[in-house]
Amino acid sequence: MTMQGTSGEDRIELNKDESRVVKLRARKLLFSLIRPIRRRLIVSFTLVILSQAFRVVGPALIAYGIDTALPQAIRSELTPLYLVVGGYLFAALATTSLIYSFLKFSARTNQNVMFDLRQRLFVHSQRLSLEFHETYTSGRVIARQTSDLDAIKELLDTGGNEMIAGIFFMTFTGAALLALDPGSFGILLFSFIPLWFLTRWFQKNTKLRYRQTRVASARLIVKFVETMTGIRAVKAFRKEKDNESEYAGYTEDYRSVNAKVIQIFGIYDPGLTMIGTVTVAFILLFGGFRVIDGSLGIGILTAAILYARRFFDPMEGLAMFYNAYQSASSALEKISGVLEEEESVPEPEHPTKLSNATGHLSFDDVEFHYSNGKTVLPGFNLDIPAGQTIALVGTTGAGKSTLAKLVSRLYDPSAGRLTLDGIDLRNLSNLQLRRAIVMVTQEAYLFSGSVAENIALGKPDATMDEIEAAAKAVGVHEFILSMPDGYNTDVNKRGGRVSAGQRQLISFARAFIADPAVLILDEATASLDIPSERLVQQGLKTLLKGRTSIIIAHRLSTVSIADRVLVMEHGQIIEDDAPAALIAGTGKFARMHAAWRASLV
Amino acid sequence: MSEKGTLATLLRIFPYAKSALPRIALGMVAAIAAHLFALSIPQFLRDLVNSLKDNGTAETLVPAVLMVLLLGLLEGVSVLLRRWLVLTPGTFVEAGLRAKIYAKLQDLPVSFHDKWPSGQLLSRATGDLSLIRRWLSFGLVLFVANGLTIIVGLGILFTFHWILGLIFFVCSVPIWIKGFQFERNYHSVARLSQDQAGDLATSVEESVHGIRVLKAFGRGDHIAGKFAAEADTLRGTEIKKAGLIAGIWIYLILAPEFAVGLSLLAGVWLVSTEQLTVGGLVAFLATTTALRWPTESIGFLLSMTLDAKTAIQRFFEVLDTPVDIADPENPKTITEPHGRLEFKDVHFRYSDAPADQPDLLNGVDLVLEPGESVALIGITGCGKTSLTALTTRLYDVTGGQVLLDGVDVRDLSREELRTHISMAFEDATLFSASVRDNVLLGRPDASEADLKQALEIAQAHFVYDLPEGLNTKIGEEGMSLSGGQRQRLALARAVAARPAILVLDDPLSALDVDTEALVEEALRSVLTTTTALIVAHRPSTVQLADRVALMQDGRITAVGKHSELLATNDHYRYVISSLDAAGEMIS
Ligand SMILES: Nc1ncnc2c1ncn2[C@@H]1O[C@H](COP(=O)(O)OP(=O)(O)OP(=O)(O)O)[C@@H](O)[C@H]1O
Ligand SMILES: Nc1ncnc2c1ncn2[C@@H]1O[C@H](COP(=O)(O)OP(=O)(O)OP(=O)(O)O)[C@@H](O)[C@H]1O
Ligand SMILES: [Mg+2]
Ligand SMILES: [Mg+2]
Repeated sequence: MTMQGTSGEDRIELNKDESRVVKLRARKLLFSLIRPIRRRLIVSFTLVILSQAFRVVGPALIAYGIDTALPQAIRSELTPLYLVVGGYLFAALATTSLIYSFLKFSARTNQNVMFDLRQRLFVHSQRLSLEFHETYTSGRVIARQTSDLDAIKELLDTGGNEMIAGIFFMTFTGAALLALDPGSFGILLFSFIPLWFLTRWFQKNTKLRYRQTRVASARLIVKFVETMTGIRAVKAFRKEKDNESEYAGYTEDYRSVNAKVIQIFGIYDPGLTMIGTVTVAFILLFGGFRVIDGSLGIGILTAAILYARRFFDPMEGLAMFYNAYQSASSALEKISGVLEEEESVPEPEHPTKLSNATGHLSFDDVEFHYSNGKTVLPGFNLDIPAGQTIALVGTTGAGKSTLAKLVSRLYDPSAGRLTLDGIDLRNLSNLQLRRAIVMVTQEAYLFSGSVAENIALGKPDATMDEIEAAAKAVGVHEFILSMPDGYNTDVNKRGGRVSAGQRQLISFARAFIADPAVLILDEATASLDIPSERLVQQGLKTLLKGRTSIIIAHRLSTVSIADRVLVMEHGQIIEDDAPAALIAGTGKFARMHAAWRASLV
Repeated sequence: MSEKGTLATLLRIFPYAKSALPRIALGMVAAIAAHLFALSIPQFLRDLVNSLKDNGTAETLVPAVLMVLLLGLLEGVSVLLRRWLVLTPGTFVEAGLRAKIYAKLQDLPVSFHDKWPSGQLLSRATGDLSLIRRWLSFGLVLFVANGLTIIVGLGILFTFHWILGLIFFVCSVPIWIKGFQFERNYHSVARLSQDQAGDLATSVEESVHGIRVLKAFGRGDHIAGKFAAEADTLRGTEIKKAGLIAGIWIYLILAPEFAVGLSLLAGVWLVSTEQLTVGGLVAFLATTTALRWPTESIGFLLSMTLDAKTAIQRFFEVLDTPVDIADPENPKTITEPHGRLEFKDVHFRYSDAPADQPDLLNGVDLVLEPGESVALIGITGCGKTSLTALTTRLYDVTGGQVLLDGVDVRDLSREELRTHISMAFEDATLFSASVRDNVLLGRPDASEADLKQALEIAQAHFVYDLPEGLNTKIGEEGMSLSGGQRQRLALARAVAARPAILVLDDPLSALDVDTEALVEEALRSVLTTTTALIVAHRPSTVQLADRVALMQDGRITAVGKHSELLATNDHYRYVISSLDAAGEMIS
């Protein structure tokens, strides 16, 4: 099994190679995030180094104060004391102002990283093809962009500062101790042995668990999103109880692995502190003996103890950083997986230029199957001259929408090629392709936001007049005006604020305003009442003039405005002729049309 | 919602954390003990240093060092204990809250879900809850423990010498002032950032759910631009938040350092005038070191507490929402449903409808006798779907009654009501589960034969050709099926539930003429015994029904046989007919 992209994403145990691949990928992503901010990082580092340097001066000054300034003060020689205190206060001031600047500066840096990553992930998931989204599910995409990003934010927020500050603080403290009293420093060095063992233990015990938390949390989100998206069906079919127990199961999975991680950290962190305590005791003991035999000043011992104690202060922060780092790198493993996914419908690197598409479509030996393998469209040829209006009809599941999705390049043919004005669709830039070909999908999806925004999606720079004109053309203008805020009324998520028919009309207006060379309408009037449908058809007559269009409809009224009818069955085009000719004939369409006609009143 | 104070808001979470409270309280004790051990170390240090200074010996040194070691280890053990005590219960509280909000959200009516952006709900169930957990098992405990430690520590400082204590006390005053300011300023920014994170989650969700539209129109860049703008706003808020935290941090670091500097001055003077021993001064300084972390920690503990406050607020915004459509206290039951459905002077309006508009449903009267099927006809947006939603209480009437076998649907438990009435929506709303699970959603215990029969009625034979037959997972929202396939599964699902009443909203709109005829044929066998309300736009669907009800201006203006209405009712003809008097297509 490969770990390429998002495959194997839910696996916890990885073998050596897989683990290396995944880690490498995560690290690469991390570096690519750091690269653009490296200048800022240098500034951050400088600020931190300076601030910690000033901070470390403190105990040395105290040592000097007790060993030198104090005896002199007793002899009423106060200048050294004033110098020491003045120095101390200055150091304190310098430390704080440096830390303040560092915090402000690094917050911006961190947020830039977050912004960068958020953006990349969003843009990339938008770019990924439908094929990917169909199997990956929206819940996971959301999990990657919310809870996984949170894990990284956590690392940046607490960890980043703590680590940089901590490491420098420890380095300086160690150096100061070395300069002050090499013996104590030696003892300090010894403490690294237990520290190393403890850290190894922590690492071993958490490695897999962090991966588990990511998987468990994604599962929670997937279930949550699906429940809320389908809430009507959940309620109508009394799924609440089942859902609750299923969700409780996921919650418990997440809780237990999370608790485990926290518990392990709960041992690791005090463990570090205790190592510190023991070290300080040894320094004290060793130093004490030396004071007794007169080889060490009491002030130096005090400073050594203060240094040694302080040396371990950032340990907690470092441990937290390490903790956050582990968690974030599991998140990065997942995120980098998504980013590694390749577009199966990629934009060409050197697009062919297409100026003013006429709308001539041609299928050359096109064959298509979805990723599950079954051939939906066996090889076929089809030529649609520019400006022709095609009615595409056929049994449900025949492959009409699939054909439409090929034309609008939501998928690429598995074999053969599809051309617009002689240019393979795969050689057109997205911009040109989308300007030339627009499809109203079978599912009329509206975004939350105003009606105007939803219509303007077809043409982002549309003026209000254009939007109204489009709405008028499909006959939905009056209705829009009747809503509480007219064109500014929020249609709510998925357009829940408007009726199914109104939703279709608004989607339709959206296509209307886009003004493409090739227009595809997939069951765009299925939910409309007959009068509205008639109105739309009237509008279509003017709209379709000079355009190539493919109209998919089960209600055969569209046929009246079509130049040509294609009948599909089991992925094959079994009839293809002018409507009148087909109706007059004896084929499937003639039968269908007769049956439909008979149903009318 | 009225703004509650910080404490009042925080306190609201306690009833939900009851089981964890004893351990949290013990955890606080452990935390305080840890600090006290840490604070007592300098006391021994003092004696040690003093004895060393007066030519101490190994006999005095070793026990003192051992004491310091012991206290240090005790401190460590207390920290261990604290963590052990509070961490696990914290995760249970989080899990409990998560279950609670999920259950509540499932309970809340559809109208709530229509209005609330999905990402706002999600962020409440994920990020906010983990904030609350962290606060309970970490922030709260340390806040109390560290606060107490600072006070005790300050007291201890006074025992070395009152002047030294006073210096520290005076230096801490700016911290308190800043702290109060911080509380006020930070709260609103924290709220903003959490809300904006929710908005971002909403955008992400919509961008994925609407991906087909975005791709078909090539609007990926456009939506990415909008997303970037939102993300940029959040970035600004986060930076502001960090600025506020940095603002209080400087005081938390500077004040103690200043105090140490000044007390060094005072201390040396005190020692030189023999009011303090050298050991005392060393121990004093060691004590201030022990107090350093508790003091500095107040900064992030305060921000954490305020983050938790807003998280709790946001959590309760959902939990406090009254469930408008709830079960009655003493639900009635219908043991043997006959399936008589009656709308009696039903009024309904959406809450955001302008006041000057009449009710959307303005006195609907309609009776469906047991076993009868009625087609509901009306122009787009006249309120058909809204009427169907009233039957299973996805919405509640705002006036009048919907009666099932003479019982007001509001007197039945929702569970029971929805067992008697089963719906097929205009959009299929399938789940990413197997075909089997989807179809048997309303009756998981149905037999294989029932399942097959339901699929037969809906003419959903295609499922047997799927790669894994009935066990094929159909992809999110059934998007790996064709439109007509989805619709037929949704129909099969409604039928498989074997309800007394079927409510079908435009159930055949995505089917071709042939399949439609087949489904109608098969459905008829069910409809002879089952009451059905069928919303229809096409004459072919109307054929399914025994009678037709025409909806106009919020009322049922005519009921009768299709042919009768066609002959007598102008509006009906307007809605349903495509042919003019001569039998030609109207264009
Ligand atoms: N994303 C997908 N993954 C796998 N199979 C799919 C996918 N979309 C459609 N199919 C299958 O491909 C076949 C053709 O589907 P398509 O949507 O093109 O039908 P259609 O002619 O548009 O039908 P309808 O009239 O019901 O909309 C169906 O059998 C369907 O199950
Ligand atoms: N959640 C909502 N909040 C406010 N108004 C709504 C809401 N849902 C629908 N409406 C409005 O109520 C009216 C009736 O909607 P409904 O969905 O019941 O129509 P319908 O008769 O089913 O139409 P269609 O035939 O298009 O499905 C419409 O004008 C619609 O805009
Ligand atoms: Mg289709
Ligand atoms: Mg409707």
